[in-house]
Amino acid sequence: MTKVSMTVNGTAASGEVEGRTLLSSFLREQLGLTGTHVGCDTSQCGACVVHVDGKAVKSCTMLAAEADGAEVATIEGQAAADGSLNAIQAAFQEHHGLQCGFCTPGMVMSAAALLKDNPKPSEQDVREYLEGNLCRCTGYHNIVKSIMAASGQDVSALAVE
Amino acid sequence: MYNFEYEKPSSVVDAVAALASDEAQALGGGQTLIPTMKQRLASPAKLVSLSGVAEMQGVSADGGLLTVGGAVTHAEVAAQASAYPALARMAGRIGDPAVRNRGTIGGSLANNDPSADYPAAALASAATVVTNAREIAADDFFQGMFDTALDEGEIITSVKFAVPQAASYQKFVQPASRFALVGVFVAKHADGVRVAVTGASEEGVFRWGEAEAALSADFAADAIAGLSLDPSGMIGDLHGTKEYRAHLVGVMTKRAVAAAT
Ligand SMILES: Cc1cc2nc3c(=O)[nH]c(=O)nc-3n(C[C@H](O)[C@H](O)[C@H](O)COP(=O)(O)OP(=O)(O)OC[C@H]3O[C@@H](n4cnc5c(N)ncnc54)[C@H](O)[C@@H]3O)c2cc1C
Ligand code: FES
Ligand code: FES
Repeated sequence: MTKVSMTVNGTAASGEVEGRTLLSSFLREQLGLTGTHVGCDTSQCGACVVHVDGKAVKSCTMLAAEADGAEVATIEGQAAADGSLNAIQAAFQEHHGLQCGFCTPGMVMSAAALLKDNPKPSEQDVREYLEGNLCRCTGYHNIVKSIMAASGQDVSALAVE
Repeated sequence: MYNFEYEKPSSVVDAVAALASDEAQALGGGQTLIPTMKQRLASPAKLVSLSGVAEMQGVSADGGLLTVGGAVTHAEVAAQASAYPALARMAGRIGDPAVRNRGTIGGSLANNDPSADYPAAALASAATVVTNAREIAADDFFQGMFDTALDEGEIITSVKFAVPQAASYQKFVQPASRFALVGVFVAKHADGVRVAVTGASEEGVFRWGEAEAALSADFAADAIAGLSLDPSGMIGDLHGTKEYRAHLVGVMTKRAVAAAT
């Protein structure tokens, strides 16, 4: 076992992990942050996306030990302390960007990473950035619409299927 | 995934020493190795992380040479390899953003997946793979599907690319895996054109010699109009037959020549 320490959503967190402990397991099972979902566990679906030092990564495909000393951000840290949703979360609610909600934590974290680098993405930019985030419910249109809306762009003309 | 010991050295010397123990394996970005270990297709006793080795970081351009550290991620190459635009664009289309934020050039070349993008780029660029022990020309490095010239415990510390006069990589994406169904990297160098093909052959990445000769004489898409590849030895699977892949190589080569800048 090795000791790992990291900052998770601005708060110091540490624990003992095995070599094989995944970041997703550490967050969910040791820190109780079950908002990070494990959909496939095979690096395909993106439900487990979190930020490590500001970059979107699939937490099911990163060892917890590799995140030692890092700044980690998860879906739990997206809303304000009083529970009010951030712009991306609010847009997902407003534009029906989720149905079952399973993919949503990863979608929101990927969207946050995109908008940090590209505050006014085109629809094409959004679709390309979501290449590694799968959703079995929505058909993606409303997810794309939500992210475009969160970036402050007019989405009235976007497809609504 | 079976358990293993984890080590994170901070220098190449320490990494090589850590890899000398029995059943130790290097960990790059883990985007191939971790899924493989989850399936228990690999079960190293020890993983030696290369992410803390500062000398394996960084992208630098000097004259006509672009040097990429062995632990540099695909996202970093996409953002920083502006001296070699075709390479930067290739790196920016590997997998998806989260994969690109972790996966490394060293891991991709060492793995030599028959459908991976970097092997085609390295072969077409006549790149030099630099390891802790020696320098290996790309022509000698790739030795068939998932096989390379690397010895046990040898690590890729950097890769040197001679920036071509013009180049383009054209990838026909297999939409489920996001790997190349067929990808062709065309690079026009002062001493001739190199055409490297990934995704197509059962032997892994290869150079298409006939197309190279035709394009070296006349660097135009029409120059290869009459050429075709023998489908035997091509990969045939549910995503595409051997014949389909052989045909696609010609199509992607023409597109690459037309797009080369
Ligand atoms: C969803 C998904 C989509 C992908 N799409 C593509 C794609 O479109 N195109 C593509 O080319 N690839 C794709 N990949 C693979 C990806 O590019 C991997 O990053 C890459 O193949 C391996 O790099 P890594 O740094 O993650 O290596 P790891 O997984 O850490 O290691 C792979 C192998 O290389 C060895 N190794 C690692 N670093 C070194 C080094 N410096 N020296 C020597 N040996 C080393 C390891 O021991 C291991 O055997 C995809 C992966 C995923 C999960
Ligand atoms: S759970 Fe990590 S990519 Fe699906
Ligand atoms: S909302 Fe159900 S998987 Fe996306």
